[in-house]
Amino acid sequence: MIAALFSVLLAVLLSAPSAQASTQPPVRAMNSAVPATVQAEEFQDRISGVLRGVDGPIADVTITATGNGFEGETTSGENGFWSIGVPEQGSYEVEVDEDTLPEGITLAEGQENPRTVTFAGTSNATTLFLFGEGIVAQGGTFWDTLAERALAGFSFGLLLALSAVGLSLIFGTTGLTNFAHGEMVTLGAVLTFGFAALGLPAPVAIVLAVIGGGVLGYVQDAGLWKPLRNRGTGLVPMMIVSIGLALALRYIIQFNFGGATTQLPGSQGEILNLGALSISRNNLNSLIVSLVVILLVAFLLLKTRIGKATRAVADNPALAAASGIDVDRVIRIVWVIGGMLAALGGILWAYYRPGVSFNMGQQILLLIFAGVVLGGLGTVFGALIGSIIVGLFVEISTLWLEADLKYVGALLIMILVLLFRPQGILGRRERIG
Amino acid sequence: MDFGNILVNAFGELISPTTAAYALAALGLAVHFGYSGLLNFGQAGFMAVGAYGFAISTLTFNAPLPVAVLVAMLASVVFAIVLGIPTLRLRTDYLAIVTIAAAEIIRYVVTTNDLTEVTGSANGLAAFEGGFYALNPFPAGTYNIGPLAMNERNFWIRVVGWSVVILACLTVWLLMRSPWGRVLKGIREDENAVRALGKNVYAYKMQALVIGGILGSLAGMVFTLPRGAVQPANYATELTFFLYTCLLLGGMATVLGPVIGAMMFWVVLSLTQGILYGAIESGAITFLTNTQAGQLRYILVGIALMLLMVFRPQGVLGNKKELAFA
Repeated sequence: MIAALFSVLLAVLLSAPSAQASTQPPVRAMNSAVPATVQAEEFQDRISGVLRGVDGPIADVTITATGNGFEGETTSGENGFWSIGVPEQGSYEVEVDEDTLPEGITLAEGQENPRTVTFAGTSNATTLFLFGEGIVAQGGTFWDTLAERALAGFSFGLLLALSAVGLSLIFGTTGLTNFAHGEMVTLGAVLTFGFAALGLPAPVAIVLAVIGGGVLGYVQDAGLWKPLRNRGTGLVPMMIVSIGLALALRYIIQFNFGGATTQLPGSQGEILNLGALSISRNNLNSLIVSLVVILLVAFLLLKTRIGKATRAVADNPALAAASGIDVDRVIRIVWVIGGMLAALGGILWAYYRPGVSFNMGQQILLLIFAGVVLGGLGTVFGALIGSIIVGLFVEISTLWLEADLKYVGALLIMILVLLFRPQGILGRRERIG
Repeated sequence: MDFGNILVNAFGELISPTTAAYALAALGLAVHFGYSGLLNFGQAGFMAVGAYGFAISTLTFNAPLPVAVLVAMLASVVFAIVLGIPTLRLRTDYLAIVTIAAAEIIRYVVTTNDLTEVTGSANGLAAFEGGFYALNPFPAGTYNIGPLAMNERNFWIRVVGWSVVILACLTVWLLMRSPWGRVLKGIREDENAVRALGKNVYAYKMQALVIGGILGSLAGMVFTLPRGAVQPANYATELTFFLYTCLLLGGMATVLGPVIGAMMFWVVLSLTQGILYGAIESGAITFLTNTQAGQLRYILVGIALMLLMVFRPQGVLGNKKELAFA
């Protein structure tokens, strides 16, 4: 049965065109032989560019180039021009030191930094760093920035909530802590990329990918989890099985998709100004889509027969079965919906990052867990609130924390909440110990 | 395809310091999960604490080798206590989520650019192994272990690594047949029954977490010394999952299980790599690139972990009655 699951998966994935351009940026040379203060004039080959923001050239920004055992550094001139001489042609990693950018100017969204620059047979390689339009904060007051981060965080939190609600539903009805949920998130984005690469328009690709996520949920439950439940496998073994599944799925995706990061169609959206706030069109769309979908799920859970049955199973499976609810059918539907929500979350996450890569789901899996645990394991509305808190916290913490630490705050909050209110915000006491 | 060479490589993995490190870390997991029922998904974090504790005290504070080792072990004790306080009273899955989150926090913190001076951020740290090789009693030359020839440095790290494994196995064996170990197994079987006998379950769990954590930090040092560098990317969550695969291969509530599991894990990986690469080179397999062959092996690791858990959860050596879950 497990073999059947994988053959189906492989077939689905093999149909996606492989983006086998695994050109990961070269690792920086640790001990560069050439000192950083090398004069650009010493070499014939050079990497150059012009830094230009909305208001004109940007001067005095530090740029470094690393690679082939060499490390060079320069600063941009009055006219924004910079160039670094390098000893030989080849690939170099070029990085703009964002700390040296003037106040209020940041790189535009989707601008890779550091990025790999490769010489193409000429002695001069140029690369342009684009700086965000509209990101230049007008006045740049603290409250404006805070409001902007909060809006972005709300959008991020809602996309986390999509996946978290699915995870929480699955936990509520089956007791399984599913570590393979991150791969269900990745699959949504990868399938969208695959369908779009086949030439389908983006909305069609997205709908097909969400359906694909539902299929994965169905196949997983039918091929793996239901047989395990029927064997009476315990919850801890099932959790470890889900880890094995996560590893297998992640490498199956990498096997077909490669290690590179690719972009979905329309990932470079325009920036909208809403009064003092600015938000990219993609983030706004993502916010609206996730809000609508979550309200829809809430409506289904509260008002429809199947929703009530789901809540009954989550509350007490034995009692639900005794009162005539087909528990297995409910669980199957929960898996399908969970898979679709995760896939949609993955697509929105691909627009938010932006980019599609084989390990993108793994990157937010712990944030999804944090949202679920914050709200209370097994509670659907808790997962929603917890995820929004996590999203807000991640984005707002970047006001004070270095961006590469932004996930740490959310994970710390989760541990602290467990210390003082282990059942989470909406959880019930009996679930915890 | 050169089968002799493939077999020699596989034998090399059998005694490599990385295998020793995996065995040590998996032994720590056996103390946590196999004997005490604590689902620690943050063993990679304990290894990172050990490796960074050693490297930072050597490089930043110029500590001599014994002090650096001690600092690394103490750091893992502190890490275990900090983790244990919020989670040991909660259900297993909470412990799992918190430990995996804590391990990732460690990785994010050592990767951040803010601390480049101390941790080297994404590049990590290097050149801290001098003190270790200065203690090498073996004169320069070539040493043979079976078909393998190596220099005195590689010989020394293998001798030390596997000695630590043997000592750790002895310690765990003695601990688990002591009254203390029986209480621990009792907690695994029925926490409330042990509590009814007047034992402080929380304290016992904390002690188990600390001991397994120390084994993890030792593993981190054995892992990092032969590389001469410690890099955050090596300590991601996947490391923990590979350790669980080793543990389940060998048998989770056994002393030798984790060691044999680690050996099997690396030998099988080496054999499949050798055979796949050989087949690709000789043209027998044309539908795979070398990179894909590498990924295929890890797909197999994931499937193996699932199949093991479903069909033989006690592993090669284990006893089905002694599982951390009913």
